[in-house]
Amino acid sequence: MKDLGQTLVRREAFSEIIIGNTAVVRAMVESGVRSVSAYPGSPTPEIADAIAAIPAEKRPFRFEFSTNEKVALELAFGAALSGRLSAVFFKSVGLNVAADSFVQLPLLDIPGGLVIILGDDPGANSSQNEQDNRHYSRMSYMPVLEPADAQEAYTMFKTAARLAARHRTAVILRLTTHVCHAKAKVAFSALPPEAPEPAWGFYPERENYIPLASTVFPLKRRALERLAAIEEDPEARDTNLVAGSGSSRGVITAGTAYLSLLDALEESRPGSRRPDVLKLGLVNPLPRRAVRDFLRAHEEVKVLEELDPVLETEIKALAYDEGLTTRILGKRDIEDRMGECVPATVRDILAGTWPDLFAGPRPAPLPAAASPRPPQLCPGCGHRSAFYAIKKALSPEDVTVADIGCHTLGYLPPYRMGGVLLSMGHSTATASGLSLFREHRRVVCFLGDSTFFHAGLPGIVNAVYNGHEVLLVVMENGTTAMTGHQDHPGTGKSFNGPAPKLPVRAALEGLGVTNIREVDTYRQEELTSMVREALAEPGFKVIIARHPCMLKLTRDARRRAGAAWKVRQVRVDPGTCVKNHECIERFACPSFQAREGGAVEVSRDLCIGDGSCRQTCPAGALVQDKEEGR
Amino acid sequence: MSERFDIYIAGVGGQGIGLLSEALIRAADAAGLPVRGCDTHGLAQRGGSVSSHVRIGSRCHSALVSEASADLVVALEIHEAVSAGRAYLKEGGTLVWCDASWQPLAVRLGSERPATESDVEEVAALRRGRAFRVGAEGVPDPRMQNTAVLAEICRRGLVPGVGMEHARAALSDLMAGPALEANLRLLA
Repeated sequence: MKDLGQTLVRREAFSEIIIGNTAVVRAMVESGVRSVSAYPGSPTPEIADAIAAIPAEKRPFRFEFSTNEKVALELAFGAALSGRLSAVFFKSVGLNVAADSFVQLPLLDIPGGLVIILGDDPGANSSQNEQDNRHYSRMSYMPVLEPADAQEAYTMFKTAARLAARHRTAVILRLTTHVCHAKAKVAFSALPPEAPEPAWGFYPERENYIPLASTVFPLKRRALERLAAIEEDPEARDTNLVAGSGSSRGVITAGTAYLSLLDALEESRPGSRRPDVLKLGLVNPLPRRAVRDFLRAHEEVKVLEELDPVLETEIKALAYDEGLTTRILGKRDIEDRMGECVPATVRDILAGTWPDLFAGPRPAPLPAAASPRPPQLCPGCGHRSAFYAIKKALSPEDVTVADIGCHTLGYLPPYRMGGVLLSMGHSTATASGLSLFREHRRVVCFLGDSTFFHAGLPGIVNAVYNGHEVLLVVMENGTTAMTGHQDHPGTGKSFNGPAPKLPVRAALEGLGVTNIREVDTYRQEELTSMVREALAEPGFKVIIARHPCMLKLTRDARRRAGAAWKVRQVRVDPGTCVKNHECIERFACPSFQAREGGAVEVSRDLCIGDGSCRQTCPAGALVQDKEEGR
Repeated sequence: MSERFDIYIAGVGGQGIGLLSEALIRAADAAGLPVRGCDTHGLAQRGGSVSSHVRIGSRCHSALVSEASADLVVALEIHEAVSAGRAYLKEGGTLVWCDASWQPLAVRLGSERPATESDVEEVAALRRGRAFRVGAEGVPDPRMQNTAVLAEICRRGLVPGVGMEHARAALSDLMAGPALEANLRLLA
């Protein structure tokens, strides 16, 4: 499959090896989605990569990266309100940002229908928590479909789209990390015949869209009635699956835990009493009829679900209300609420529930011989120069506050910069709070440029307005690096082409910040003295510490140059080196490799020839020779 | 063909294990085998340990390989070969590793010692399996170490039912032009 974009808009039916994130894009095309919006965040950004692969003239819907998840959701709501089927996607914690508008959606009539693709992250593979967003669906009365693999991600998106349009509402497609990224051969249908353009749908004179005081109640009643109607919708019911052979034992499960269950059962002892399985596709509302029938047919039922006992609590309540005597087995302890239900976890859970299922313990790994390798700043990263230089201006007692982005990695040794992390854009306000009782300590916080526009502005306005004694360092690398180099309002480009550029400095000035400095982070000495100066001044001050993302810059340059790509790699001149290890231990670019006898070498695989390390060597032993091909 | 053949691929973010895993998946598909898999995405790609899972056979359901269950562990870097082998290699399994070294932070800071070839061999011995080293020195471009490892896997027939012709078909499905030609030369 060389051409993903052409593949995704093929007229005829086909099969292709594809990840879940890509599979949902074909489902968008088949479903007649007209507007898609998003904010990038793992595990979902590859949905946008697949959308980008479709040539603009062949893309049957409009796409944008909005400034944050709330804006993306509101845009999707507006488009759906006008009568067009719309979709929005973002990561798990993005729902917290979007929540204020999200919880209102089920109250309103949405003529076009709206599918919210949530990338939940059990296991916290790339998030600051592993929150279980099924809780949000319950508090807001929003239906949720939960696929287990790429094929189901595709089919369930289409089901979610039809339910959303038919019931004029919003439906969640809850993906988890290893559904988004699971790769398998997916069978796709042919494209349906082109549908006529839907009619305009927003008529506030006929329909109440202002939930206010007592007008909330008819809307809330309708939301609950709609949820009940979706529970009974045959298409929603068809997403559930029952398999078994009349065992007295049963398992109720959903999502990837189902696949892990099948893997675990492959290991079960021949002749053991294997459980029957009810796999739920619709996880909110609970499909009570299917669950009741399954409970009635079994003496013991294990509820196997990732994270919190959401289904378990409802299933136990249902059994109580129905007077069922089935023994319902749920979470055993706190550990059962942690992490992903991977095959080994599920096998351990099953062995704890029904010890006779397995002949012995599962094979154990050998004990680890080394510490894990955490992610780190790339060779040439401007943030490394920034942290190295800023650290020199601070005393060990000064306080540093991290935010979300590549620069979060500054908390790792040897920099140890950014001691606390809450959420996107929290840093200025958290730092402001820390500054209230700081005594002799000085407070410095960090913020990336994409996050600056996403959720950073209110904290900055507050620091100006209430006069907080904080130094904010905007770590500007000109992209949304961590999630795959998406553009943002400061880059002068949007997903759809050139866009008005909103410089960080102009935005700061507009917000009333008067104390602003700017520097390229490779100018390390200048940055160090700038931090010293700024910290001696009263009030709120900002340093824009700028350097382009070198991973992106190098990739782009290499792509343009092709075979002619040349770099001036750094090497350690052994005659000059005094082995004081400033380069490897304190600047700590990953290109530096420790050799016998305290010698240091530069890796030919890793050095990108940026030369930002050279100024750190007091002996001047880091040298760059002529350009070499790589 | 066995009903289940699990491959765990490890490397450092930036080494290109995604292409290796995609090529193995497509090679297995070209050989007519049911296959599924999963890659690390997101934050961990920034120079941290990354992994890919490839599962071949009709009795595989989840996309994830379990610890101590991989028939084949593939590592593109020596420290990752030791870590991945210890965590994922099953009794009697095979470890293929590329002898490149990207030292982890703890080694660079001097708090842990660098991994050696005998560390990798020890893992294979503890699991009563085999280890095959692929030298990094003969590969024209560090970004082609993944293809050199793929060639070793197919040349030795380490994935049942998947041969060199399937690997060539897979790469031809994924790339074109001079890049394809350069990579196909390693699969000659």
